Amino acid sequence: MIQFTDVIKSYAQGNKALNGVSMQIEDGEFCFLIGPSGSGKSTIIKLITGELKPTSGAVHVNGYSLERIRKREIPYLRRTVGVVFQDYRLIDKMTVYENVAFAMRVVGAKEKEIKERVPYVLELVGLEGKMNRHPTEMSGGEQQRLAIARALVNNPSTIIADEPTGNLDPERSFEIMALLQEINNLGTTMLVVTHDQNLVKLFHKRTIAIDDGLVVNDGLEDESNEAE
Amino acid sequence: MKLNNLGYLFKEGFRGIFLHGFMSFAAVCVTVACLVIVGSFSALAYNLDVMVQELNQTSEILVYIDSDLSDAEARSIGTKINMLDNVLQARFVSREEALEDFIADHDGDSAFSGVQASDLRHRYVVTLEDNTKMKQTDEQLKQLPGVAKTNAAYELAEGFSTIQDVLHIVSIAVIAVLLVVSLLIISNTVKLAMYDRKDEIAIMKMVGATNGFIRLPFVVEGFTLGMMGAILAFGLEWMGYDALIQKVASVDALQLFHFVPFQELLLPMVAVFGAAGMFVGIVGSWTSIRKFLDV
Repeated sequence: MIQFTDVIKSYAQGNKALNGVSMQIEDGEFCFLIGPSGSGKSTIIKLITGELKPTSGAVHVNGYSLERIRKREIPYLRRTVGVVFQDYRLIDKMTVYENVAFAMRVVGAKEKEIKERVPYVLELVGLEGKMNRHPTEMSGGEQQRLAIARALVNNPSTIIADEPTGNLDPERSFEIMALLQEINNLGTTMLVVTHDQNLVKLFHKRTIAIDDGLVVNDGLEDESNEAE
Repeated sequence: MKLNNLGYLFKEGFRGIFLHGFMSFAAVCVTVACLVIVGSFSALAYNLDVMVQELNQTSEILVYIDSDLSDAEARSIGTKINMLDNVLQARFVSREEALEDFIADHDGDSAFSGVQASDLRHRYVVTLEDNTKMKQTDEQLKQLPGVAKTNAAYELAEGFSTIQDVLHIVSIAVIAVLLVVSLLIISNTVKLAMYDRKDEIAIMKMVGATNGFIRLPFVVEGFTLGMMGAILAFGLEWMGYDALIQKVASVDALQLFHFVPFQELLLPMVAVFGAAGMFVGIVGSWTSIRKFLDV
């Protein structure tokens, strides 16, 4: 579960990125986070992943209180939150298999577990036949599937997708969103940050709209649109 | 960190060396260059020190015996001279031997053809254990009955001591500066290697790797690169040093220079190169990775 209570986040220069955000995303929920550039979406993601601490208010993510979290606990928080980025952030010199296995190895998984889990996750995202390819040999859509597989492989309870379709054409975007929904159906909480209004309308999910550091709407897609 | 991960972490450390071949090559080259410079200067300083010491050992005091004493009395003074604390050896030179040396030194010079043995004194050539105490020993020799005068070049001996002292200070200063410069260069090279892998580190942080887990392969890699650099530098130093000794030995004009064999420098060189390689590798990677871990 992700819970923000009256969260204010100010940066060193004095500008406030969040002005008192309160929201709650339940376990297993699928939720869009929308808002214009500079509205505070990235700050929310950084607060969830422990890159930032709130200036005031409370942030709870999967049992961790981010305002009180110790530095050495942050890696364990991050194991509960998989992140997918617009620019994929894959390691080009590693193969598809190695990119996913790498994410398991660095959290200390045993080789036997890796050999069982990686092919399963790659099959889930539709890359089972491309294990030995390198990211540079793949299309944008395939690279994003690989990034999703990597986020998923450690079985996090939450996945945050930051503009996952930003670099993709509409058809690939739809496929990626369908994949994220499929993963959500398996029980993973999904928070998707996007600018793509068409996808938000198409998938008709709970949508939290942020503007100027405040939640300006929280509800199903139609209600959010009305607020904008 | 689980024990069963250690094997993987060490394997990753070694794999990283080959995976990032060019940066590894650059780091090893820089380590080799810096250590060879430090090692060469240290070897040079050590040899200069030995040479100055040897030159200083050749300083002697000439003790002239009163010409009124008989040959037997003159020879008996040698026992008293040898009993003095700082005297290593007192060699008797009779006035006849002194004349032979004089003639040999001034061979063909007609101005000295009339010099007789009786014009000269019996003398002792006194070598000392510690040339820094030459002045005190000279004073003691002058006090001995039967000694007419002495000739001690203690200004020269003191000059050698001063040269040695200056050499020690300059060597330590230069080696310290070279070591610091080497550390900075190597640390920067390691930083570049880290920068090359900053995306990889960011991904590791993102998926929840602990700092210790991220750091260990880099430290293993840094240590291995440092040691590889140290071993290569040591081999080059040895080969270069031996080649230099052979070259010096083959040139007549350079016979004055006497270099100690590398075997004499072996242990300190192994210790210094090993410690420096390990230190720059581990400290360089440990400190360089810190800023990339702060995500």
